[in-house]
Amino acid sequence: MTQFWNSINPFPGQHSTFASNVDAIFYFTFWLSAFFFVAIVGFMIYFVVKYRRIEGQEPETSPSHNTTIEVAWSVIPGFLVLGIFWWGFTGYVDMRSPPSEAYEVNVIASMWQWQFKYPTGAIAKELHIPVKTPVKLIMQSKDVLHSLYIPSFRTKQDVVPGRYSGMWFEATDVGVYNLFCAEYCGQKHSDMITKVVVHPVTAEDATDEVKETFDAWMEVAADPLKGPGGVVIPLEEAGKNIVEIFQCAQCHSIDGSKKVGPSFKGNFGKEVEIAGQGKVLMDENYIRESILEPTAKIRLGYEPKMPSFKGQMKDEWIDAVIAYIKSIQ
Amino acid sequence: MATDVMPAHSETSRPEDNYLTASKGIMSWLVTLDHKRIGVMYLIGTMTAMFLGGFLALLLRAEHISGTPTFFTHDQYNQLFTLHGAIMVFLFIIPSIPAALGNFILPVMLGAKDVAFPRMNLCSFYLWVIGAIFFICALLTTGLDTGWTFYTPYSTNTSQTNVVLATFGAFILGFSSIFTGLNFIVTIHTMRPPGMTWFRMPLFLWSLYATAIIQVLATPVLGITLLLLAAERMFGLGIFDPKLGGDPVLYQHFFWFYSHPAVYIMILPAMGIISELISTFSRKPIFGYRFIAFSSMAIALLGFLVWGHHMFTSGQSEMVTIIFSVLTFSVSIPSAIKVFNWLATMYKGSIVLATPMCYALSFLFLFTIGGLTGLFLGALATDIHLHDTYFVVAHFHYVMMGGTLVAFIGGLFYWWPKMTGRMYNEFWGQISSLIVFVAFNLTFFPQFVMGSRGMPRRYYNYLPEFQVYHVLSTIGAFLLGFGLLLAAIVLIVSLFKGKKAPANPWGAATLEWQCGSPPPLANFEKTPTVGNPYDMNSVVWDPDTESFIRRGDVPPVTD
Repeated sequence: MTQFWNSINPFPGQHSTFASNVDAIFYFTFWLSAFFFVAIVGFMIYFVVKYRRIEGQEPETSPSHNTTIEVAWSVIPGFLVLGIFWWGFTGYVDMRSPPSEAYEVNVIASMWQWQFKYPTGAIAKELHIPVKTPVKLIMQSKDVLHSLYIPSFRTKQDVVPGRYSGMWFEATDVGVYNLFCAEYCGQKHSDMITKVVVHPVTAEDATDEVKETFDAWMEVAADPLKGPGGVVIPLEEAGKNIVEIFQCAQCHSIDGSKKVGPSFKGNFGKEVEIAGQGKVLMDENYIRESILEPTAKIRLGYEPKMPSFKGQMKDEWIDAVIAYIKSIQ
Repeated sequence: MATDVMPAHSETSRPEDNYLTASKGIMSWLVTLDHKRIGVMYLIGTMTAMFLGGFLALLLRAEHISGTPTFFTHDQYNQLFTLHGAIMVFLFIIPSIPAALGNFILPVMLGAKDVAFPRMNLCSFYLWVIGAIFFICALLTTGLDTGWTFYTPYSTNTSQTNVVLATFGAFILGFSSIFTGLNFIVTIHTMRPPGMTWFRMPLFLWSLYATAIIQVLATPVLGITLLLLAAERMFGLGIFDPKLGGDPVLYQHFFWFYSHPAVYIMILPAMGIISELISTFSRKPIFGYRFIAFSSMAIALLGFLVWGHHMFTSGQSEMVTIIFSVLTFSVSIPSAIKVFNWLATMYKGSIVLATPMCYALSFLFLFTIGGLTGLFLGALATDIHLHDTYFVVAHFHYVMMGGTLVAFIGGLFYWWPKMTGRMYNEFWGQISSLIVFVAFNLTFFPQFVMGSRGMPRRYYNYLPEFQVYHVLSTIGAFLLGFGLLLAAIVLIVSLFKGKKAPANPWGAATLEWQCGSPPPLANFEKTPTVGNPYDMNSVVWDPDTESFIRRGDVPPVTD
């Protein structure tokens, strides 16, 4: 039964405090529209059948206007749509009024990835938030317009380059939900999809889908050099985590194939050809410079497309990335 | 084969007199100043654009048969949806009804010999051709991948495609549209025959008049916007790009200041056609003439005040957003008035389901859905969820395609006998309207559902949960393509095999049915008698000529 309802229900599940109100407005408008639609089409079909042309028979005369009726069907729909406006407006005001004590997450959108930065310094490629806690996103774009859209939360806001835009919500259920880019942003717009992971605040609220509490997740995320429980992990492995967080693999392969940027594989310790500068040895300093000032040396045959990670990637993290790249031979 | 059944006293019995045969040779068409020939050339041009845009749409839908790469790459997909939108909007929908049907019908309906400025009219057509060439060049060289909206800063600093070429194309097409609008305003003001007061004008003319006002007032803003965009892209002027100190939201304001009123350039003439069709095929005067006429003007004026509803999530100020929301609802009222009045026109009528009427009833059904789903998008809280999803895609296709295109085809079938002098096959015409109606709903209704479930628009790949709706939509799209092709075949076949058309096959009382089919070069030998355009009792069926003729006025045109 539940399955049947899900397949015809026009909405994804309601998982934020806004969702039930948005759906209520939707259904109210839907049933009002359905009423008018059925009435209009019903009369149309009835008239077509009842008043079909019979040869040689002129139609009986009927008035060509009736001011009372015409004013009535102009004014009454006017009041109905004003009602819809009012309800939609109050719901909107809630969406745009974040409570002052909301948990803040910085969002950086770029072609074609999301990055989420936390007050603890943690960086993630998925949005991790605690359940039943107001969360405020402070969003910026590095390049073109993007739009952060979470259907299960019924909320969306454009991310505009050159300014901060904000949105807030409160997730009501632990779980993993889709997060889309909704504003067309070029080639891989449709791949700019990630997840919202809503973590339980306490261990007893954990589900099979999301087992970690928000604090437990944060402890690991805040320091990619350490594993769960604060255990120190090998530098290579930490480097792999960091490469994962910054989504380096979007442009750099680990199997030697050419993507937007050169592959990580098999280049370390070798001479590489730089556009206009001859050959350069790819060593630790080269990698470090490429991360912090990517346009200083452009590999021959590639476009200067890489953004700088200065101020985002800490020195110890760069060490780990270097260790990881060294390990891919 | 053509039969010899001809209206005995009609002008068409002397073929050298009609506009198609008055002069011969390709040059007699290319440099013609006759509004009818220009209308026919516009018709051929816009229909070609429609089939090209429709072909691109089928490629898009084919790609969506699965959520993973199927036939095209990311870049090819982005170019397909951009060119589908740009071609359909700029080359087809905006010029289709005013410039093709309007050019042909407006002067004849007005009892005039031509439009006020015939040379400007020809110039408008050639601007359309030049604009189309720019678009085709963009298509054939690098494509275009910005979306038809050219949103900055993607269009100015990132896209590798030929944005400047395409914006110049749209710029030139804008002038083509302004010229048509200006011509129509002057023609309607100055060339109405004696006795045709404003409130004796057919409603199609009211709708073209309202449309022309928007064309003249709104289109220059698009022109300036596209010039600024090209200047930023070519010379790095900082207008919209924040890296150069510009503001990308400003571009959206400029763009929609034109492009929202442009929505009414697309739908108002369609509403005008429907007013004519419903009245004629119900054999009844239109109900509430003045309310319909005023609602066209109200839509034209209110249409200028609601552009911000395309930007509810853009980051414009909350107060502005709320004001645009309430203004948006105000524009729904005149549209509702028209629908109710059309229904009331059918009441106690004498309704015949000829092909144009089948399309008109399709329009009523589809436009009602298109209009009502607009309420979900005008309401702020629901729009935040639905914005930039397939719900919006479905909504505007119900209005633009279910509305404008269906009305355009209905109008084309209605005036076809007048334009070509041939009757089309009624049975196959009706079948085409049925296929178009069913296939249209199959194509676009699933898009409402997937949009509500969160499927964003302009997505090359999609998540597996949306596949069932995409597959339904794709099947519908191919069926729809077939239906439209059938309609085109029915019309083209009629040119060769159709019965000769009488002057007034439908029994309409507007002036264009008083001249022969096709009309003579000068439309009317003498200024026709003007009466109530919807007084159906003024015409009666005449079995001798197999045409409707004016009561007590045999033959219909000549003395």
